[in-house]
Amino acid sequence: MSDKILQITNPVLSISNLSIAYGKKDKLAVKDVSADVKRNNITAIMGPSGCGKSTLLRAINRMHELYPNIHTEGEIKLNGETIYEMSTSKLRRKIGMVFQRPNPFPTMSIYENVIAGYDLNGSKLKKNEKDEIVETSLHDVGLFEEVKDSLNKKGNFLSGGQQQRLCIARALAFKPEVILMDEPTSALDPLSTAKIEDLLVELKVHYSIILVTHNMSQAARISDNAMFMYLGELVEYDKTKTMFTNPKDPRTEGYLTGKFG
Amino acid sequence: MEKALINKNEGSNWRELKNKLFFGLVIVLSGITIMPILLIVYKLLSKGLRQINLDFFFKVAPDTLQAMSAVQSGEIIPGGIANGITGTLLMVAVASLIAIPVSILIGIFLYENPGKKYASLIRNLTDILQGVPSVVLGLIAYFWIVKGVTNGFSALAGSVALSIMMLPLIIRSTEETMKMIPVSIKEAGAALGVPYHRIIFKIMIPSGFSGLMTGILLSISRVLGETAPLMLTTLGNRAINFNITKPTSAVPLQIWEFYNNPNMIDLVWSSSLFLVGFVLTLNIIAKRISTKYS
Repeated sequence: MSDKILQITNPVLSISNLSIAYGKKDKLAVKDVSADVKRNNITAIMGPSGCGKSTLLRAINRMHELYPNIHTEGEIKLNGETIYEMSTSKLRRKIGMVFQRPNPFPTMSIYENVIAGYDLNGSKLKKNEKDEIVETSLHDVGLFEEVKDSLNKKGNFLSGGQQQRLCIARALAFKPEVILMDEPTSALDPLSTAKIEDLLVELKVHYSIILVTHNMSQAARISDNAMFMYLGELVEYDKTKTMFTNPKDPRTEGYLTGKFG
Repeated sequence: MEKALINKNEGSNWRELKNKLFFGLVIVLSGITIMPILLIVYKLLSKGLRQINLDFFFKVAPDTLQAMSAVQSGEIIPGGIANGITGTLLMVAVASLIAIPVSILIGIFLYENPGKKYASLIRNLTDILQGVPSVVLGLIAYFWIVKGVTNGFSALAGSVALSIMMLPLIIRSTEETMKMIPVSIKEAGAALGVPYHRIIFKIMIPSGFSGLMTGILLSISRVLGETAPLMLTTLGNRAINFNITKPTSAVPLQIWEFYNNPNMIDLVWSSSLFLVGFVLTLNIIAKRISTKYS
């Protein structure tokens, strides 16, 4: 492998030769990407719009299969297990996802939102087991004190940042191994953004986080490793500090210094 | 320079005048538009209200002799339209049971497959169905149900004709409602590994509940007053009937019967008032639901 791609031992995820095409097979959104993701780290995926970073992220929990006419080649392994051989419901329990805009279920209360992953999958939990999951998940995202008196109300009175933390709590309820985040702060104000960033740094003790971001300074602030993608290619993957101070590829340097993107 | 300024002012005066003229025109035209409904309600109230009492809701229609003697002695006609009200409620309920589940599922299918050829075929056929005259649907229900199933005029045949009328309305309103729900809500479900049917039944349908309800209520109020298909299918009945295999009365059918009987003209007005009141109430409830929950 080239020296532009970071080597990792005992990775939580390993992506090998992944190519994804929408529609016609020659139009690749992700081109032959190989990379390993380090456990209990924040890995940022950066790049200009349309570079394939969201598609790559969605391939990790197979959400990209929801789009019509999708062709996927290559392999992704979660702890050595090929994800394309697992059922999606099992896979998505192990790999949670948080979206660009907060998307709590509008018809459910805060409590029901956090436990939704269990309820909607038809698991039969006792009331006290549910209570415990809801409480710990909300504690983990630092929302419990703020909402403990209104758990049975709908979440629409929460601020955008609180709603996003609720969505993170919903993903944490399954105790996943990996959390995928697709620009989780792009719809939030700076204060809420700072809170979410602090939260991610706390969460990486227990979870491995993959963060797609448009925001270079965010990647610099909180990520341990960073990938730079351009036109579907993984151009460079390195420790964040190394990449920001000493990029190896001229395209990475151009993006980081603001020449394009 | 000065001349240019003056010209500019003249232009703006003319624009203001045009604006005022147009505004006045809109007010006048909208006044004309609401006149018919006000006149209808006024006429129905002034002619029909005096017939409306408890008996009107709980007793069946009188026979001609009773009505004649009441009219001659200047009293209100005894009896009411209980057989029509119960028949209408029965047939609309059965029609809803048939139409609602089918059309919601078709609506969701159309929403899920926007570009597919088969879906757009269904969508076009739905639009055509909406344009089929209701009397033709009555005819079809006559051949399917009256001749084929119940061996005679029946409430079931009427319900089938009404349910076919309800289909296109609920299908389209379901599809439009589903389009309004943000895709991110559906994705949130998928990202939790929720199976497809549960995403539909536990997330999408509850999220679009108010829109679905509105579509259902509007389609019911649309078929409540249908007369022609019922004439061909359920015929009418002088007694209250809850057996769906037997001929049954309905309020619009009764209006037609009263109209053909010179002694019962007063009941035409009161029955029409009831029907219009019912339809308006359903419409208002539908509006309330859609504003409250959206």
